[in-house]
Amino acid sequence: MLKLSNVTKQFGNHTAVNNLSLEIPESEMFGFLGGNGAGKTTTFRMILGLLDKTSGDITWQDGPISYNESHLIGYLPEERGLYPKLTVKEQIIYLGRLRGMKKQDILKKLDEWLERFKVPEYLDKKVQELSKGNQQKIQFISAVIHEPRLLILDEPFSGLDPVNVEMLKGAVKDLKNQGTSIVFSSHQMEHVEEMCQHICILQKGTPVVHGSLRDIKHSFGKKNLDIRGDFSTEYLKDFQGVASYKELPDGCALQIEDEQVAQNIFSSLQGKGFVRKFEIEEPSLNDIFIEKVGASYE
Amino acid sequence: MNKFWTIVGHTYFSRVKAKSFIITTAITLAIIIGFANISSIIDMFSSDEDSSESVLVIDESEGYGGYLEEGGLSEGTGIAFEKFEGTEEEAKEAVVSEEYDGLLVITTDENNLPEGEYYANRISETGEQTAVEETLQQLKVVVGTQQAGIDQETLETIYAPVSFQAEQLDDSARTAEEMNQSRGLVYAMLFVLYMTVVIYGQMIATDVATEKSSRVMELLISSAPPITHMFAKIIGIGLLGLTQIVILFGGGYFAIQANEDSMAGGFFDIMGLSNNDPAIYIYAIIFFILGYLLYATLAAMLGSLVSRIEDVNQLVMPMTMLIMIAFFIAIFGLGMPEATLITVTSYIPFFTPMIMFLRIGMLNIPIWEIGLSIGLLVLTIAAIGALAARVYKGGVLMYGKSGSLKDLKRAINLSKKE
Repeated sequence: MLKLSNVTKQFGNHTAVNNLSLEIPESEMFGFLGGNGAGKTTTFRMILGLLDKTSGDITWQDGPISYNESHLIGYLPEERGLYPKLTVKEQIIYLGRLRGMKKQDILKKLDEWLERFKVPEYLDKKVQELSKGNQQKIQFISAVIHEPRLLILDEPFSGLDPVNVEMLKGAVKDLKNQGTSIVFSSHQMEHVEEMCQHICILQKGTPVVHGSLRDIKHSFGKKNLDIRGDFSTEYLKDFQGVASYKELPDGCALQIEDEQVAQNIFSSLQGKGFVRKFEIEEPSLNDIFIEKVGASYE
Repeated sequence: MNKFWTIVGHTYFSRVKAKSFIITTAITLAIIIGFANISSIIDMFSSDEDSSESVLVIDESEGYGGYLEEGGLSEGTGIAFEKFEGTEEEAKEAVVSEEYDGLLVITTDENNLPEGEYYANRISETGEQTAVEETLQQLKVVVGTQQAGIDQETLETIYAPVSFQAEQLDDSARTAEEMNQSRGLVYAMLFVLYMTVVIYGQMIATDVATEKSSRVMELLISSAPPITHMFAKIIGIGLLGLTQIVILFGGGYFAIQANEDSMAGGFFDIMGLSNNDPAIYIYAIIFFILGYLLYATLAAMLGSLVSRIEDVNQLVMPMTMLIMIAFFIAIFGLGMPEATLITVTSYIPFFTPMIMFLRIGMLNIPIWEIGLSIGLLVLTIAAIGALAARVYKGGVLMYGKSGSLKDLKRAINLSKKE
């Protein structure tokens, strides 16, 4: 269990992370969301001890995290970095040994991972000869080769094609099922929505949404309503309880305050014409993110 | 500790195996061996040539030419003088057709002393012209003194070198002989330390900047503490330097030993590398290690501040200037080790490794002075090490526009709690 209590980080007068508290249980994937510069990377760096926190507490398995635990922790930094002139083998051996592994074990694991990612021929290739997506796979291997108990993935899927994204997602899910706690940040809401039970949305260093994905969606209250039909839906723009209105070629997409509004709308539709579709949807994480983070941009 | 040695090993082996390192070392070693064998090499190229020159002599004086013939003054000059009976024109033709190397025409001046005119195809060629002139000069002395009625023995007595011996009265000072002996060692140490700091200091800074710019740094310092990383890097590159120095010096030493008869004894004597007090070697090692540590730590700190390799040179410049100043002061001090400037600068930690060692080599320094300077140096290394560790921790996470010492403050702020 990774626990952050009231963690604050200040750079001079600038507060990068403000009073952040989180709990991440084992075998759990935690989604960390936030706009650019929201403080995600700073939080990761504090968890890893690369930056000292200004105040607050970070514990893992009830103890502070130090370099003695580094063999249990895996890290995929946002800015990918490997030695361009070393071969994949040399690279992973060095990084693996720094995580406390033995050379033979590293080579065995490395073969398995290269096999799994369908790139066994890269073993003796220099990193600079690989494409960006393939470098990413190597980077990922370097983060997980030592079977960490806590894995921090900063934007793991950026710059990958859909096939590779699925491949990496599969690997991450397997690690989760083996008991690894995973924290990961992403700009791509659908990944977080698909993989995480708990999320936190940071807004300028302050957590604005935090909790289990289901509860968040539930308590968000607003729902999406999709209406398709052979009549004009313009009048719904000013209908009571409608938060937003988006015109579609054969209908409209609405955001409504609650289900009651949907019932009212449904009644008002009587006699208007043929309704092809009337569907209430749970809000997407994207909606929540835009609402919570976008609000402060206005 | 395990991680420390992993980083040391990686730093060391990835460079030792690098082609650039092997090639540089091999070329330098070849040059050193070449210099050690320079006399054999010159002999090899000139062996097919006739080493003795033959010069025709037309004697228009009263038989002075006779002195030059075999067994006379020409002995040991490497020139065979041959009397020519024909005309000057015929002799010149013989020289032009390269049968002979030159033509010397001896005449007498108003004092009845010998004069010469020398003809050769190329006047600038080799030293034979000088040798001929010297021989003629000797001839003039012989003839002149004979005319003045001085016999050969008296002449030799006059020309014998004067007897001159310098002895010091202060027992604490080094004798002139001792000073000459250690001068070579001091010079060698100054030079090696200077080269080491410039080359390997640069290498450390570049290495740190490379890891930063390729962004692998964040991964490294999440596995091992930045301080461990920094010192492991310093030690790894230090071992690399040591390897290179041992190869070059070892190679040079054996090459010179192999040429013992031609030059070795003389070479080691001149360089003052034989018969030194063993203590001075120990001091050499101590000051070398401390000097390397001081400058290497500085280099690592400066390297951690840049985010692009192109900026490394700009930032290590102050460090290079410091070691250059130290080197120039030390070179000046070789001539006058007792100057106040030398005494004062030998306590400034950045200069101590060179200048205090110079004083130890050239003078008799009380042990407390040495101890004091080493103490100051060690304290400075500790202070710079602590500062560098702070800067390094923040600096390696700092990206963006860089390339000035102002970033020092930014880096320290970044590594602070608030």
